[in-house]
Amino acid sequence: MIPAAFDYHAPSSLAEATALLARHGEDAKVLSGGQSLIPMMKLRLASPRHLVDINRIPGLAYIREADGSLRIGALAREADLEESDLVRTRYPILLDASRVIADPLVRNLATVCGNLAHGDPANDHPAAMLALGAELVATGPKGERRIAVGSFFTGPFATTLARDEILTEVRVPAPPPRSGGAYLKLERKVGDFATAAVAVQVTLGLGGECERVGIGLTNVGPTPIAARKAEAFLKGKRPDEAAVKQAAQLAAEEARPAADLRGPTEYKRDLVRVLTARALRKALERARGGR
Amino acid sequence: MRVGVTVNGEKREADVEPRLLLVHLLREVFRLTGTHIGCDTTHCGACTVLLEGRPVKSCTVFAVQADGKELMTVEGLEQDGKLHPLQEGFWQEHGLQCGYCTPGMLMTGYAFLRKHPKPTEDEIRWAISGNLCRCTGYVNIVKAVQYAAAKLSQGGA
Repeated sequence: MIPAAFDYHAPSSLAEATALLARHGEDAKVLSGGQSLIPMMKLRLASPRHLVDINRIPGLAYIREADGSLRIGALAREADLEESDLVRTRYPILLDASRVIADPLVRNLATVCGNLAHGDPANDHPAAMLALGAELVATGPKGERRIAVGSFFTGPFATTLARDEILTEVRVPAPPPRSGGAYLKLERKVGDFATAAVAVQVTLGLGGECERVGIGLTNVGPTPIAARKAEAFLKGKRPDEAAVKQAAQLAAEEARPAADLRGPTEYKRDLVRVLTARALRKALERARGGR
Repeated sequence: MRVGVTVNGEKREADVEPRLLLVHLLREVFRLTGTHIGCDTTHCGACTVLLEGRPVKSCTVFAVQADGKELMTVEGLEQDGKLHPLQEGFWQEHGLQCGYCTPGMLMTGYAFLRKHPKPTEDEIRWAISGNLCRCTGYVNIVKAVQYAAAKLSQGGA
C-alpha cells in the first residue's frame, strides 16, 4: 500500500520543527516513531501533505530522573523504556505497559510521547500516565507549556495539543516510599489493541491506608478514562479485599465501552472489574515491597 | 529526494519519492529481494531488517528516514559463501516450511542473539512475537535459534 504523496521535512531543531508546523497547520503531521501514523497513511486514513520528521533533532531520546520526576523525551522508544534499569526498578507500571504495546519490532521505533500524542483511546501509555498523574510538556513556536495528563485527551484521536505544538516530554512524579503500580491488559494476541486494560498506581501511608491512588482505563471509552470514583473511594481507606472489590466495581461503572469484534459492552465492563481488582492487588503487593 | 544508505556494508544511493517505503527501496530499487513483503500492515514481520542494528518492520519506515543510516538485510548474513550459524540452524532444525517468514525471523533472531547470547526458550519466543509464521513452525524456529546460540557460544562465526 502506497501512502499519498507528501513533502518531507527533516528539521534539525525544535524551533525549526514548530515553525514548519505553524506554517503548514492542518496539512502537517509530526513523524516520530511512525508506527501508528505510517500504517494510517498507507490505509489513506491520514494523508498529510507535509511530514515533519523530528527524528533528526538531537537531544530528545532521554529517559532520566530530574527534580523529583522521571523525564521521558520525545524520541525515547518503547524499547528504551523496556531496557531502562531506572524504569524497571522505580516505575514497574511503565515496564508492564511498554511490554504489551504492539510487538518487540514495533517497539524499537514507537515512542512513548507518540503513544500519548496520537490520542488513541486504545493506546496503553495514556492509562498508565493517568494513574501516575503525569504532566506533559508541549513545545510550540512560543515556547513550552505544561499540561496535566488528566486534561490532555479530549476525544478519539484528539488532544489539547495545538497544531504547531510537539509533545516533547512526559514528566512522571517520582514515587514516594511505599508506592507500587501495575498495568494489566487483555489482548487477543500479541500486537493487538487491548480488549480492556487497567493501570493502577498506589502510595500507602504509614498506617497502611491508601494515601494516593490513580486508576486509568484503556480502550473502554472514547478517550482514556481516569476512574475518579474508584480512586476517591479508596483514598484514606485500608485497601482490604472488600475495598479492592468495591473499587473494581466502581471502575467498571465508570467504563464506557463500545461493542466491537473484541466483545460486547457487558463483557468489557466486567473485564474492567476483574482487571482493576487484579491490578490493585499487584500494585499493593509492589507497594509493600514485592515484585 | 536523494537517499544514501549503507546496506550490508555497501554504500548505496537512490533518488526517491518521500512516500517510498524502505522495503520498496530495498526490493525494487536495490533489487535486494530477500526481504519479503507479507501483510504490509505492520503485523507480520516478514519485512524485518536491521536499522542501525535494531530490527524494524521496513514496510513501516519511509526510505528517506534511513538516509545516512546503516541497514542490514538477510543478504548480509552469509559471509564468503558460508551460511551464518542462524541460517544453518534453520536448515538443520527444519525451521521453515514455505519460507516466507524466514528472512524476518532470521533478522530478528540475529539482532536478538547479539543481545542475548544465552537465551531461554521463553526469551526466544518473546523476541519473535512480532514475526508471524503461518505454517506454524514455531517449535522448529525456536530450535533453530537455540542451535545458533549454541554454535555461536562455541565461537562459530
